[in-house]
Amino acid sequence: MRLQLLALLAKEPAHGYELKQALEQIFGDAYPSPNIGQIYVTLGRLEKDGLVRSVDVEQSNRPNKKVYFCTAEGREALLEWVDEPTEGPRVRDEFFMKLVLAPMTGIADRMALINRQRRHYLGIMRDLVELAQRTDQDNRPAQLLIEGAMLHLQADLDWLERCQEDLA
Amino acid sequence: MSMVSTPPALRTVNLVKIYQTGGLPVPAVRGVDLTVRPGEFVAVMGPSGSGKSTLVHMLGGLDTRTSGEIWVEGTRADTLGESAWALLRRQKIGFVFQFFNLVDNMTVADNVELPALLVGASPKHARERRDYLLGELGLSGKADAAPAQLSGGEQQRVALARALANQPQVLLADEPTGNLDSRNTKDVLRLLGEVHRQGQTIVLVTHDARVAGLADRVVTLLDGQIVDDGAVLSARRRPKSGAGDVVELRG
Repeated sequence: MRLQLLALLAKEPAHGYELKQALEQIFGDAYPSPNIGQIYVTLGRLEKDGLVRSVDVEQSNRPNKKVYFCTAEGREALLEWVDEPTEGPRVRDEFFMKLVLAPMTGIADRMALINRQRRHYLGIMRDLVELAQRTDQDNRPAQLLIEGAMLHLQADLDWLERCQEDLA
Repeated sequence: MSMVSTPPALRTVNLVKIYQTGGLPVPAVRGVDLTVRPGEFVAVMGPSGSGKSTLVHMLGGLDTRTSGEIWVEGTRADTLGESAWALLRRQKIGFVFQFFNLVDNMTVADNVELPALLVGASPKHARERRDYLLGELGLSGKADAAPAQLSGGEQQRVALARALANQPQVLLADEPTGNLDSRNTKDVLRLLGEVHRQGQTIVLVTHDARVAGLADRVVTLLDGQIVDDGAVLSARRRPKSGAGDVVELRG
């Protein structure tokens, strides 16, 4: 979550709770809601690394709140993040390891493994279809995030089908 | 309970289809036993050449079986002649083909109304149903167009509207979202979900996991045989789980 928070702070200074709200507003239900404790821990680490700084802002009748802002070093780290390519398709896949290795030990049957995994993926897809239907149609980031997850799942299912044809 | 005595919407017993190609027998479907209860939504999946399309075509009487039995709502159907099958299909089955098969010299509206009119629905009722279906599929503006003026995706949605015009006992479909982009697929998903909630029995062949995810049950074919048959259940274990969980699996 480091770089997401850094990106939001590069846009404008904010305190922890505002960052949580911003993430929820941008990504909607499509993205697991960040835990406020986690956000403060991450901000603390970013501050220790010199990527953000904070100032105490006085509030009447309430304890001071800490407002964070992005430093020059923080902006540098953000640029690096944006510039480097993002991790592509994985080579390691835990299910595939199970599929290849477990039958060798005699503890599992490939056909049964594939069938169970297919049902699991389809169950996730069912949840995603429901999520897409109850997410605001005009929230493009949230809809695109869900669509991306669906396309990944479709690819996983197609690959599972290939495994079933070739291995089972 | 009446449910006990209600016959299955569809049932096959040891259904076999063998094609003769160049003198060599090619088995496409090899002994399929399938029972579909009224109101059930079944998705048939499997690799190309696994016999999915052949199976669903036989269920609709569009391809003859080599051996075995097909029952539609408790009536033996595989022994029927072509015209008797055509009558049964008109009365009980809606079929969405992979390549639409719309009537070219009729408007979209007439294509959709025709099946209802053929079984004696009033023109008023047929028109209302057509308005509803075209509206749900985002095609209200195309009612007066000829099929040839539509994109592939639009023709496919018209074919779905036509198949549902009659409120058939069973909707059969072969890759009903095969030609659709993701926005149009959403309309089709919404309509399929809605008619299913209204009690529509659906059996469809699909590669599209979004469609299969809506089904109550997924039947997987491999080399003409059922290798898996089971319910699709929500994968959600924790109440707060989103697409991020799936996306985070990568990398």
